[in-house]
Amino acid sequence: MKEVNYTIKSNDKLTDNVYKMVLIGDTSDITAPGQFINIKINSLYLRRPISVFDCSPYTVSIIYKVVGKGTEIMSAMAPNEKLDCITGLGNGFSTEQSGDHPLLIGGGVGVPPLYFLAKKLIAEGKSVKVILGFNNSTEIFCKEDFESIGVDTIITTVDGSVGIKGFAAKALENTDYTYFYTCGPIPMLKSICDSTNTSGQFSFEERMGCGFGACMGCSCKTKYGSKRICKDGPVLVKEEIIW
Amino acid sequence: MVNTQVNLSGLKLSNPVIPASGTFGFGYEFADIYDINILGSIALKGTTREPRFGNPTPRIAECTSGLINSVGLQNPGIDSVINAELPKLKNVFKKPVVANISGFSTDEYVYCCEKIDSQDQVGIIEVNISCPNVHGGGMSFGTSPESAAEITKRIKEVTAKPVYIKLSPNVTDIVSIAKACEYAGADGISMINTLMGMRIDLKTKKPVIANKSGGFSGPAIFPVALSMVYKVYEAVKIPIIGMGGVSSAEDVVEMMLAGASAVEVGAANLVDPYACKNIINNLPEVMEKYNINSLEDIIGAAHI
Repeated sequence: MKEVNYTIKSNDKLTDNVYKMVLIGDTSDITAPGQFINIKINSLYLRRPISVFDCSPYTVSIIYKVVGKGTEIMSAMAPNEKLDCITGLGNGFSTEQSGDHPLLIGGGVGVPPLYFLAKKLIAEGKSVKVILGFNNSTEIFCKEDFESIGVDTIITTVDGSVGIKGFAAKALENTDYTYFYTCGPIPMLKSICDSTNTSGQFSFEERMGCGFGACMGCSCKTKYGSKRICKDGPVLVKEEIIW
Repeated sequence: MVNTQVNLSGLKLSNPVIPASGTFGFGYEFADIYDINILGSIALKGTTREPRFGNPTPRIAECTSGLINSVGLQNPGIDSVINAELPKLKNVFKKPVVANISGFSTDEYVYCCEKIDSQDQVGIIEVNISCPNVHGGGMSFGTSPESAAEITKRIKEVTAKPVYIKLSPNVTDIVSIAKACEYAGADGISMINTLMGMRIDLKTKKPVIANKSGGFSGPAIFPVALSMVYKVYEAVKIPIIGMGGVSSAEDVVEMMLAGASAVEVGAANLVDPYACKNIINNLPEVMEKYNINSLEDIIGAAHI
């Protein structure tokens, strides 16, 4: 965990309400995919936690959806503006258990952290497949990012306008995998849990106070006691989750 | 060279800055990011007899210049605090701490205070009779002078440590409650706890917080806290730990001018984990700017 004053390199619109922001600065505390950064927005009090889409020395990218005041202000930020962030928060995904061909399943703005994870799995020599679930064709983003690094990419849309019709969990039925990683809305996570016997990791979202484990604002109950989504999570393993 | 030292019931603090209960965990996690021994002391997470998970989530809501929390006294219980949390903190923090005790019955408060009394690490017991986030406990003890006095008296019977009663601002007359605590033997007053607050999500048209309302804190409540500390200072002789939106070295000085002998910093820690460190670093400069040689000299100096 470290406080870093980043410089915005770019802040581009990907879809109607999803943006990608690239930040320049110290990324040394971001040590695992699935971690997040907590962003200070000048006119607001609490920081806004956003997961890391991609990270390299001195560059970190995030992809966020405009859902409220904080993300709305972010969407209007311009290159060269400064952004005060606490970085390297959360446990992140662990790739040790993945096996040879892990499956990644993302829904909506749950997709971004899976990209950094896919890169790490590929670097470890694993064959990665991803299912990206969206509502319709106009909401699709990140597809090319995954394809460009050699990930077998399956798209699902609720209205069937592109790819398989239905929710992301539906695409699980005809897929072989050794382990899975998923991030997305709770109903999606729950239906994935219910539709597979394979083990895997789930990344959760919760309203946070601090983002680093001090306030107990984002606690959840697990089979092994209470955990803080910000510090002990956001990634929990299937076996510990109480739905 | 300015003097930042203050004194709370015989306990000498190198400076008046104490992270407030519930915003700093049990302290040791902050030791990863800076040397926490620069702090005057640390007020530990509110502790009850049994472990508590607390309230359902969402527990947090954004407000203008502050936040609402409805954590609901999540804590591992007094035994685990004594056996696990205090030893972990002792490895990284060498000063006496402020133990914060809460409960759902007078007997529970007494039980926890009696247990914590045996801990050398604990310099002050802060008794939370003002938590707005639990039903049938917490704040219900702090809303009348009679119940506040009763609990103070019972706790004083079981501990030799200084007892500070943490008061709620959600009352008609905080001065009468502070006076009742003093009369019943309290060694000091901690004030203020959070104000009751609520936010409603325009999209869902329902309260943001699962428990509907919670405790409002942050810079927005600083003037409220300051005014209450000012009034209570005029009515009691025991020291006051002032809190409520303190976020800068200037706020510390202002709170002490109103009558606080030390301050707690709460919400600021959540948005800036270095908040207390920065405040402590800035204190000497702010003191010099306003011609203050010793912080102890300015306690209550705003009173005519």
